[in-house]
Amino acid sequence: MNEAPKLNSFRAGPDEEGRFGIFGGRFVAETLMPLILDLQDEWNKAKSDPSFKADLEKLGAHYIGRPSPLYFAERLTAELGGAKIYFKREELNHTGSHKINNCIGQILLAKRMGKTRIIAETGAGQHGVASATVAARFGLPCVVYMGATDVERQAPNVFRMKLLGAEVKPVTAGHGTLKDAMNEALRDWVTNVDSTYYLIGTAAGPHPYPEMVRDFQSVIGQEAKEQILAAEGRLPDLVIAAVGGGSNAIGIFHPFLDDEGVKIVGVEAGGKGLDGDEHCASITAGSPGVLHGNRTYLLQDGDGQIKEGHSISAGLDYPGIGPEHAWLNDVGRVEYVPIMDHEALEAFQILTKLEGIIPALEPSHALAEVIKRAPKMGKDEIILMNLSGRGDKDIFTVGKILGMGQ
Amino acid sequence: MTARMEKRFADVAAEGRPVLVTYFMGGDPDFDTSLAIMKALPKAGADVIELGMPFSDPMADGPAIQLAGQRSLKAGQTLAKTLELARLFRGEDQHTPIVLMGYYNPIYIYGVDRFLTDALEAGIDGLIVVDLPPEMDDELCIPALKRDINFIRLATPTTDDRRLPKVLENTSGFVYYVSMTGITGSALPDPSLIAGAVQRIKSHTELPVCVGFGVKTAEHARAIGASADGVVVGTAIVNQIASSLTEEGRATDATVPGVEALVKGLSAGVRAARLAAAE
Ligand SMILES: Cc1ncc(COP(=O)(O)O)c(C=O)c1O
Repeated sequence: MNEAPKLNSFRAGPDEEGRFGIFGGRFVAETLMPLILDLQDEWNKAKSDPSFKADLEKLGAHYIGRPSPLYFAERLTAELGGAKIYFKREELNHTGSHKINNCIGQILLAKRMGKTRIIAETGAGQHGVASATVAARFGLPCVVYMGATDVERQAPNVFRMKLLGAEVKPVTAGHGTLKDAMNEALRDWVTNVDSTYYLIGTAAGPHPYPEMVRDFQSVIGQEAKEQILAAEGRLPDLVIAAVGGGSNAIGIFHPFLDDEGVKIVGVEAGGKGLDGDEHCASITAGSPGVLHGNRTYLLQDGDGQIKEGHSISAGLDYPGIGPEHAWLNDVGRVEYVPIMDHEALEAFQILTKLEGIIPALEPSHALAEVIKRAPKMGKDEIILMNLSGRGDKDIFTVGKILGMGQ
Repeated sequence: MTARMEKRFADVAAEGRPVLVTYFMGGDPDFDTSLAIMKALPKAGADVIELGMPFSDPMADGPAIQLAGQRSLKAGQTLAKTLELARLFRGEDQHTPIVLMGYYNPIYIYGVDRFLTDALEAGIDGLIVVDLPPEMDDELCIPALKRDINFIRLATPTTDDRRLPKVLENTSGFVYYVSMTGITGSALPDPSLIAGAVQRIKSHTELPVCVGFGVKTAEHARAIGASADGVVVGTAIVNQIASSLTEEGRATDATVPGVEALVKGLSAGVRAARLAAAE
């Protein structure tokens, strides 16, 4: 064909059909197809609408508290004795994680589309809380689907959602974790097509969600890039983030994808180890398949049945991963590695004691990888890590494991 | 094989009545019982069989079919075994069309080419794959049509006139009209609304239109059959099976006869449909 050659870029995806290489796409029931096409139209319009951008920026600055700080972790750096470690402090955002960046963007879209009801799925409850928060802020009723197991282990967040006026529906199907919650949210959406906006919490699902969520979260990487240039006069050598569905990771990675000198690492939940079934390392230990509207790496058996994952952190407990990560892995731009439960727990405690920051268990996985790599790097090298959320929601889980009993 | 489906629809139309399409989950509650159920269906009056392929994450299904899938998987069902069910059934019955219904991932993992070869060999006539809309036709629909296997698409209340041609473009065998926006097992909407929707679809296609989701009783079958070319009954059959099982989910002497009795009733319903319409 006569198409001009595409720029040699890792940031050009997805294509018109929502594909990143073989990954992504729109694998949904016909009932939902017109809805995601409408959403795509509205998203395309919003992207080039200055008033949409202005609303996002205003709410970002005054409601979320953006830009989030870039923090040089001096004591951790000294302790590890290698590369300089910087945290992008998404845990200081309103509601305590990066999830709110996406929620503000999507609820503005829901409003533009005239939707009157919000549904969301949640694992750790951070996305549920962020959804309940923006629903309260914009005066829309909100139903959050949450696996019954997660309702138990993330009790503080369940309480917050309820206080914010959301209805939390525990899902008992399967193992009662994030994938089951997503199934149930999709069933709700298929039933309530006219009124309801499905606010997906991660960079997965059918097109246009992976692209849209990435764009809303890319503010993390854009700010971090400016901030690190201001602080150090150069780009980092290594960017690291934890990967559940992949939204905080793609948010910080995306603006750096075309910067050749920047190595990028995504950290998956290795659970109790990759030998058995008790992990959530979709890329390192899974294979390509189709679930929840997109083709991506999945934990599955030889018959294509999806397995239940396991992670100490509810937010990483998803047997899939956003399609753009699947592609970035296959083209070799990003390296994905697993971190075990116990390594994340150790990292959690190190950060708490050395820097006075209680991280969520999700970014504790990224931190564990930082702790492995920093000592092997030179003192003039720089690591940038996405500290995607605070650990308030996890203190009871961790307390129990550490025998600090209540 | 597309010819078997065409012939069955033509023969039933010649009888002046709608087609009865019956769904059950392959391998529920176990392989042998589900084979017995499958064999019993045409004898009780089913014209077309929809054979469910279990999937761990059935996003478009209600609790009844979710549980049926879980029972089936727990009993060791796989896609290969579901094809084996069809093959064993074909040994006895060469006339009743079989449509496989389920989700894409198990087929994708089995391998599309290998799947189509084995499906043809097992005597499969059509496919309904819930999570493959027309936008994804290159995945399975086009390869299936090339191999002479029908690809039956769902049209729904959200499929408006603008979108309908796209949905119908590569549809073959029949069109499956989903009576409502919702999951399987929900309540049936007003039959007069459905009749209007069926007319709308028929103005765009020569294919027969079958209506499913929410059809549970002989009376439903009669009412829907008055306007549609066929009715699809799924959850009612799955519920009938579930209600016959032991607490541990095992088959009993009542399992197969229960399905037979239900389908006989439904069959009487579709046989009365046009009589009712003529009244
Ligand atoms: C703080 C935090 N980080 C990371 C994640 C993982 O999600 P994602 O991979 O979409 O960033 C979660 C999910 O709940 C979370 O709460």
